[in-house]
Amino acid sequence: MDWNQFFFVVFPYISFTLFVVVTIYRLVYRPFTQSSLSSQLLERKRLYWGSIPFHHGITWILLFHLLALVFPKAILFLNAVPLRLYLLELSGFALGLWALVGVVILIWRRITTPYIKAVTTTMDIVVLLLTLVSMITGVLTASLYRFGSVWFTGVFTPYLWSVLLFQPRPELVTPLPWLIQLHLVNNFIILAVFPFSRLVHILALPLDYLIRPWQLVIGMRDRKTVK
Amino acid sequence: MDVRTHMSMIFHLDKCIGCHTCSVACKNLWTDRKGAEYMWWNNVETRPGTGFPTQWENQEHFRGGWERKKGKLDLKLHTRLEGIFKLFYNPSLPGLRDYYEPFTFDYQNLFNSPKKDVQPIAEPISMITGDPIDIETGPNWDDDLGGSNIYAKNDVNLESLPQEVREQMNELERLVFNYLPRICNHCLNPACVAACPSGAIYKRDEDGVVLVNENDCRAWRMCVAACPYKKVYYNWNTGKSEKCILCFPRMETGQAPACAHSCVGRIRYMGVLLYDADQIPHAANVPDDELISAHREMILDPFDPKVIAAAKENGIGDDWIESAQNSPAYKFVKEWEIALPLHPEFRTMVMMYYIPPLSPVVSVTEKSLFRLDLMQEDYDFELFDRLDAARLPIKYLANLFSAGDEGTIRTVLRKLLAVRIYMRRKTVRGKVDSVSRKTLAEAGLTEEQAITMYKMTTLPTMEERFVFPNYHREMSIEAMLDPLTHKGEVGLGYIQQPKRGE
Repeated sequence: MDWNQFFFVVFPYISFTLFVVVTIYRLVYRPFTQSSLSSQLLERKRLYWGSIPFHHGITWILLFHLLALVFPKAILFLNAVPLRLYLLELSGFALGLWALVGVVILIWRRITTPYIKAVTTTMDIVVLLLTLVSMITGVLTASLYRFGSVWFTGVFTPYLWSVLLFQPRPELVTPLPWLIQLHLVNNFIILAVFPFSRLVHILALPLDYLIRPWQLVIGMRDRKTVK
Repeated sequence: MDVRTHMSMIFHLDKCIGCHTCSVACKNLWTDRKGAEYMWWNNVETRPGTGFPTQWENQEHFRGGWERKKGKLDLKLHTRLEGIFKLFYNPSLPGLRDYYEPFTFDYQNLFNSPKKDVQPIAEPISMITGDPIDIETGPNWDDDLGGSNIYAKNDVNLESLPQEVREQMNELERLVFNYLPRICNHCLNPACVAACPSGAIYKRDEDGVVLVNENDCRAWRMCVAACPYKKVYYNWNTGKSEKCILCFPRMETGQAPACAHSCVGRIRYMGVLLYDADQIPHAANVPDDELISAHREMILDPFDPKVIAAAKENGIGDDWIESAQNSPAYKFVKEWEIALPLHPEFRTMVMMYYIPPLSPVVSVTEKSLFRLDLMQEDYDFELFDRLDAARLPIKYLANLFSAGDEGTIRTVLRKLLAVRIYMRRKTVRGKVDSVSRKTLAEAGLTEEQAITMYKMTTLPTMEERFVFPNYHREMSIEAMLDPLTHKGEVGLGYIQQPKRGE
């Protein structure tokens, strides 16, 4: 087995398996451990400058990645007119930089603030460093290999689908420059680490808050039925 | 009519001596843990004062409670969409500085210190970082400092008072303070429940206790900001929100909550209130001056046959109805109408009530000596119409307990004073004269009521102060499940440690 086989065929399946199985196990059997573990109570100034850029930036970037994966035609259609392509690329690049600045501030905050050190685990540092690598390689890819939003749909979309449909085609990504490969492998590592880290809080995004009733009342039994 | 049951607590502020026994009982039982050191599910504040966390009543800053705009009620904190966007950083969340940094002392140094020319000391250290700190504030830092220029003058309830009254309150001869014990109010329209994006906080149907399901809590901390009383706390260690649980495990076994049980001044009463859940939306959304009356309207008379029938229709057992009939809470809140909700203008419909303090009523300075005038007979009656001479301004109490409406406070204080006058005549002279009867009637009380009020205030037994219904917890499994389901198991089964996630 050569390295390409390992990184682009075997490892994706390891990380996907860990991601799915362990995440489900954790959410079902260890619900207490799922938390965003906010530290705003202990330190808020640096959090403001780090957390907001990072979270808002990364959310949009991830959404665009997902869009390109699920609806590649939509992205291609969007890019059909050069002006729209430039706008998409520029905004993507800006968001990426914004998130990168955020994650740097968050790392600095985590290793220099005594209050935050008191609640920091090794996994927190691992996650932050992986995110940092992901951001740097992503931003560099966007600036060095133009235009990502065009070739993504031709390279990554079919590759990721091939992995998801159990017919892996590593030949799609093996010729890519090492920087882009690093970006890909690093994200597989993040996927594998996901269920063991605080990253599980992403799945807690409470969108149902938009529609649920204001008040919740729960009883031991329904009074109307048990009389 | 949707009749439901609620456990309510009454605080008789005239009896509170500010000893903090309740706080310590609660701390020992529930919050003596890592991450919870700074929490005081029960605390006692000196009033006037800024309370805990500092200036919690300042909703322009903390944005707690509900806001009524154009006849519609909304969270002051956020709209639903804003709530999602503020997950990453919430500007309205109190920081540790608003509470205090929990500290302990390095006692080991007293034993381990090398030989020196000076005595070793136990240095204060932070309970979060373990580093030495300078203690700048702590729980009850402003205890007994009513009238102080540093603490008391920042009380937001003083803001609407005339300047000369505020200055008077700072004069040494007129210094005044009282105590305000606070726990979670277990509201009927809780802002914490409404603000929780995860839907982890809920109100228990049986007795109205508001609880956090820590398995569902995801540390978005909106509850902390949304509660106008700042009675939900964030555990920085486990990453979960925590709050007063009204000692439900104690109540379910017929014991009073630790704070109430340990109360030295016996200021606390507890009992069932029946209320009409259909009226909550209306009662929470009336103009400020109607809040108290709408709230009282919502509390139902447990002796009314219609209410009893509707309660039974809702599956409320006979023993709970009987308990509601014997409830001291019902007497204070509805029958005598002397117990008031704290800050009704926050519109969360609190279910814990306060009897505003009457003492110290009035004072004069004679030859630069300071004298309370209560013992002089004739003064009593004069005072009855001169409540403004009270040392604690009526307006201040109104800002606390009736959304600024002085009339409500006046009515309550007149009742309390009338009972005092009546009972003093009775015990000192041995007979009641027509004047004191008239005073009583003017306050809107009958002699019978006055005597019950007096007994309930001064001489109640434990059983009269705390009237608990039977929770029938033994039935709650049986009714729904095979009673043998848990046979052979230990306790409640497998329980996971509340350990911080990675």
